[in-house]
Amino acid sequence: MKKIKCAIIGPGNIGTDLLYKLQRSAFLEPAWMVGIDPDSAGLSRARELGLKTSSEGVDGLLPHVEADNIQIAFDATSAYVHAENSRKLNELGVLMIDLTPAAIGPFCVPPVNLDACLKQGAMNVNMVTCGGQATIPMIAAVSRVQAVDYGEIIATVSSRSVGPGTRKNIDEFTRTTASAVEKVGGAKKGKAIIIINPAEPPLMMRDTVHCLVAGEPNREAITTSVHCMIQEVQKYVPGYKLVNGPVFDGNRVSMFMEVEGLGDFLPKYAGNLDIMTAAATRTAEMFAENGLANVAQA
Amino acid sequence: MVEMNIIKIHDMTLRDGMHPKRHQMSLEQMTSIACALDEAGVPLIEVTHGDGLGGSSVNYGFPAHSDEEYLSSVIPLMKQAKISALLLPGIGTVDHLKMACEQGVSTIRVATHCTEADVSEQHIGFARKMDLDTVGFLMMAHMATPEKLLEQAKLMEGYGANCIYVTDSAGYMLPEDVTVRVALLRDSLRPETELGFHGHHNMAMGVANSVAAIKAGANRIDAASAGLGAGAGNTPLEVLVAVLNRMEIPTGIDLFKAQDVAEDLVTPIMDQPIRVDRDALTLGYAGVYSSFLLFAKRAEAKYGVSARDILVELGRRGTVGGQEDMIEDLALTMAK
Repeated sequence: MKKIKCAIIGPGNIGTDLLYKLQRSAFLEPAWMVGIDPDSAGLSRARELGLKTSSEGVDGLLPHVEADNIQIAFDATSAYVHAENSRKLNELGVLMIDLTPAAIGPFCVPPVNLDACLKQGAMNVNMVTCGGQATIPMIAAVSRVQAVDYGEIIATVSSRSVGPGTRKNIDEFTRTTASAVEKVGGAKKGKAIIIINPAEPPLMMRDTVHCLVAGEPNREAITTSVHCMIQEVQKYVPGYKLVNGPVFDGNRVSMFMEVEGLGDFLPKYAGNLDIMTAAATRTAEMFAENGLANVAQA
Repeated sequence: MVEMNIIKIHDMTLRDGMHPKRHQMSLEQMTSIACALDEAGVPLIEVTHGDGLGGSSVNYGFPAHSDEEYLSSVIPLMKQAKISALLLPGIGTVDHLKMACEQGVSTIRVATHCTEADVSEQHIGFARKMDLDTVGFLMMAHMATPEKLLEQAKLMEGYGANCIYVTDSAGYMLPEDVTVRVALLRDSLRPETELGFHGHHNMAMGVANSVAAIKAGANRIDAASAGLGAGAGNTPLEVLVAVLNRMEIPTGIDLFKAQDVAEDLVTPIMDQPIRVDRDALTLGYAGVYSSFLLFAKRAEAKYGVSARDILVELGRRGTVGGQEDMIEDLALTMAK
């Protein structure tokens, strides 16, 4: 199969980690990386790896989209510029995978609703947040068995893995994640908490998921569903682990997770960043395999 | 020696005191205590879920009433006291601040771990824009060197905080630890920036640390009636007032009335004595966030693992405020 050509917007940590993952893909080929700083280390690294680059942002890429047959773009910049990036690339028929918290397109958490996103034929899908990618599969694993009245996630991440964008706008994280706990996870009400821990050596990303279910929890079915879902996530994030649980306490069901990254460009403790780039890659691959043909014909 | 101006005592009974009450204070308890503190001359009283606005959760505990209900019940009854609200970015959002602002709080305190002040820009900026008394609250301050703490304090000052707190969330500090931190902040922050100290009594240093903070240049001190607060409680308000009276440092608080609030209203509503028991002492000794205490005790009861062992391990792992979810997780792992 001929590989689908991709562009990465944003040559920072996330963009570079994504680049490493795309290079391994059987379906995708990273062809362009764009940034806004000509001296960016990320852009020069991309050039060394054979990509075309521009330091004039998305506008530097637009004239080449057709000639270079770019079909998928990943936005690893910020929520503020995403809408504009997306509009410009969508106009040229490029599918946008959004790693910012802008969330203008439907949320996508691959093992939960990637199929639905494909069928929908959306031209912009949003990868929620790192905490969302790590926890929403667990909420969904419970809600597909039994109604979840309330879903709560607590994501604890190492200080080193939280960039200035997230720090400046931490409310975006809590709001976007809580919203996706409801919309994708299937909880009637969602709550998200993020804790940043500066311990050295940096701690591995940890996530706790609490569900309050309607009525007595169906322990056996929930436990089976949770273990199945973990295997689904492990297909693209091998370091996704259930440390404890599911714990049942009245109508509360709790899972305690740890997410170890692959250590591509980012260190292994930054499972929070790895799960974002891995989920984005997985989403793009599925579109490349199934959806893109339909989109192109539409 | 810094000139002794009036020291502003900030009451914690109805916020930090929510921890030992598992956030179950009734509106009647809250309003009667607030009115009595107001009557005693306490100038500033914090009213929020123990973990701040938006703290209502499985992780920290669902409260008996919403922050909005507590604030709207207390604020209209105050004759002279102002009301503050606490917010931890990552738990609550600017939306919660807007609500508190609409309810009429005078003060917003934005709390971050002592090395992560840059998550507070949105919230401090909002409070500043609303022209509220805006406080940056650097928690677990024992975990940062004085120089690091200063760097973080400057961030908060830059975002618009008019007061910076050295917060001894673990009750770990000894008076010299307080002195060196407050003194460096006093020397290096803008002269008009106020400084505060928030103590926990886990090593029985609440009063001594508060006095050290005042001597080093702090002019706001947190204290709770009868010490009602997380761990072995906060600096006991009535004791602090008595000590400051003896030192001829004015607070504007009537000592006997403050004693009566502690004795007649607060002590009777305690679910357990607030004292330096072995687990609370371990918090201070191991440098662990004080509100972990009851979670560790409950994990001990449920999983048969010693609360003290859990707390020591949490200290060893460098856990920070808000990581309550680690307690059950760790207890499950230790019980295996």
